[in-house]
Amino acid sequence: MEIFLQQIINGVTLGSIYGLIAIGYTMVYGIIGMVNFAHGDVFMLSAFIALLLLLLLTQMLGLAAAPAFVAAMVASMALTALWNYAIERVAYRRLRSSFRLAPLISAIGMSTFLANFVTVTQGPNNKSIPPMWDDVIKITSGGAYDVTLSYKQILIVAVTGALLAAFWFVVQKTALGRAQRACEQDAKMAALLGVDVNRTVALTFVIGAALAAVAGSLYLLQYGVVKSSDGFVPGVKAFTAAVLGGIGSLPGAVLGGLLIGLIETLWGQYFSSDYKDVAAFSVLAITLIFMPSGLMGRPDVEKV
Amino acid sequence: MTRGDHIFRAAREAAWATLVVAGLGFPIIAYRAEPDFNNALMLQARWPLFFEFCLAAFVLRFALALWSGGAAKAVARERIWRKPGWLGPVALAVLVVYPIAIVGALGPQAALKWVDTYGVQILIYVLLGWGLNITVGLAGLLDLGYAAFYAVGAYAYALIAPATGLGFWALLPVCGLLAAFWGFCIGFPVLRLRGDYLAIVTLAFAEIVRIVLINWDVVTHGEAGLFGFPGLNFFGLPFIPGPRGFAAHVGLPFAGVHKPIFLYYLVLVLALAANFVSLRLRRLPLGRAWEALREDEIACRALGLDTANIKLTAFALGAFFAGVAGCLFALRQGFVSPSAFTFSESALILAIVVLGGGGSQLGVAVAAVFLVGASELLRELTFLKSVFGEDFDPAQYRMLLVGLAMVGMMNFRPRGLVSTREPTIRLGPEPAK
Repeated sequence: MEIFLQQIINGVTLGSIYGLIAIGYTMVYGIIGMVNFAHGDVFMLSAFIALLLLLLLTQMLGLAAAPAFVAAMVASMALTALWNYAIERVAYRRLRSSFRLAPLISAIGMSTFLANFVTVTQGPNNKSIPPMWDDVIKITSGGAYDVTLSYKQILIVAVTGALLAAFWFVVQKTALGRAQRACEQDAKMAALLGVDVNRTVALTFVIGAALAAVAGSLYLLQYGVVKSSDGFVPGVKAFTAAVLGGIGSLPGAVLGGLLIGLIETLWGQYFSSDYKDVAAFSVLAITLIFMPSGLMGRPDVEKV
Repeated sequence: MTRGDHIFRAAREAAWATLVVAGLGFPIIAYRAEPDFNNALMLQARWPLFFEFCLAAFVLRFALALWSGGAAKAVARERIWRKPGWLGPVALAVLVVYPIAIVGALGPQAALKWVDTYGVQILIYVLLGWGLNITVGLAGLLDLGYAAFYAVGAYAYALIAPATGLGFWALLPVCGLLAAFWGFCIGFPVLRLRGDYLAIVTLAFAEIVRIVLINWDVVTHGEAGLFGFPGLNFFGLPFIPGPRGFAAHVGLPFAGVHKPIFLYYLVLVLALAANFVSLRLRRLPLGRAWEALREDEIACRALGLDTANIKLTAFALGAFFAGVAGCLFALRQGFVSPSAFTFSESALILAIVVLGGGGSQLGVAVAAVFLVGASELLRELTFLKSVFGEDFDPAQYRMLLVGLAMVGMMNFRPRGLVSTREPTIRLGPEPAK
């Protein structure tokens, strides 16, 4: 029982991170209908940027760990947003009217480029930072196993919740959100009514990257290690989360993320940790085959 | 607009580009985190490299802005390049003579590398490219899990050969058929899916296959892989020194290069067979149905074509050639392990097909030679090590450039480098050239 509770806590933490990445997939799919395959690598890149900035601030400027981390996270959000803006501009913008698979192939190329760019510039090895902010709250004690909830985990879940709320507000209430929803429904009509489609799509990529950067920084904080091949598997899992929640739906992305996080940790605990990735990949295949509109998505009707 | 305005505008554009590159490169190029002897990460500054990148961005953007008159223009020129009729036979003759000529020119020792690494390895990729071309180029089904079928072929040979004592002539079709069966199994559930979802599901299946290969220790020996399975022989004559070997039997002095030469011709014949099959199939109703499916699935269905069958055959046939290539891979390496069948392998084969221009046989072969051969050549150039440092590994740069090439290809020439796709069917007489 204690172990189960602990795994639920760990699963929700991991799931929050997947949820934050999944928002990037789901928004981009919603607005231009492409699977942004490189998004996982953008997440990995953001973790690297946060790592380097954290080292820069603590080693060169001598800041304490906590303010340095917050500053690194904010700066990483800005720099990753710039990266994703550049990626959209270079690799995807011209392809919106091309044949259907062209953006996906371009995104696969971008993903390959980013993973190898980081390998070349930072080396292929694990980069680990010393653990920071390790205080925990004991939820149960005296049993066979102490269930703990760390401040980091609370922070991760709280940040995810707050960002989702802020983000929900942006999409529902602001002019940008309205423009996004308009482009999602009919980009050509939106353009005719004076919505700057290019700008809206670019902003979608910028927001997705900023959320991925939060996820990357929190991932670094929680697990303390990152390497250049870390973009692929978390990326596919976050995409799974987006699909499971219903692609195009924001609460669906977070719900899917939490489910994937829980499935993965519980599977790892009770079945086999060697095969925990198989769980996520199977969920992906099964969802796409039997339930392509996900838990909270709208059924996708192909127009001729 | 005066000349001064023009230059001023170009300079402004270039300044913006430089700012963007500076932002992109700031921590990731300017610093590198490396563990010190206490295993704590330390930063190494690389400002010169950073400024080189910024300078390069400025110069390139400035030149581009001047050249294109200040505004980036979309260049939409599709030049039609007709393949001359003599090209096929000449290329074939070069391929047939190649190993003999190399051995004649360099002697059997020095030629080993040229026949094995450049000859056999590239031909295996050509075979893989032509196989995937059936699925991606002809039928338009984006298969991101092609390495899984390649793995099935390689593991099938490595597991069945020692267990049954069958030779590779018997196992070659078995490997192909097993992979085709897997292609059928994976193709079956994804039939209903649209293009991009189908791609992602094939990716998921391929990753599952790889994870099983890593973890199913009893059978696959995990990451360590399988080795020590029976290798290649020349119709029963093993490639070993001594009186029972191939060399003694035909009266040649023993040389290590005999085996790669035999393998080279084997792969060449099989690759040509794959080429022949896909060229002929394109003229059959099945091949036409593949191309119709690629162009428009809904129209295809409206015309009464059975899209399920068409997709399954494309998947299975593509997988068949991957299985054959896997068997050849096992024969060449004498060793199979899961690390050879990662997603980046699938991405490389996909890049070969994409750069070759979906559907063009010649383009795929050229792309394979270029992508695989060029990176092997880079590995040879030792002076690069003195320029870029001792840990310079061209393989990393290869995938980096492959990624960029895929992006560039989709943006500028989505139909491929050598896009000579002839229409399979023409109404009326051929138009004058």
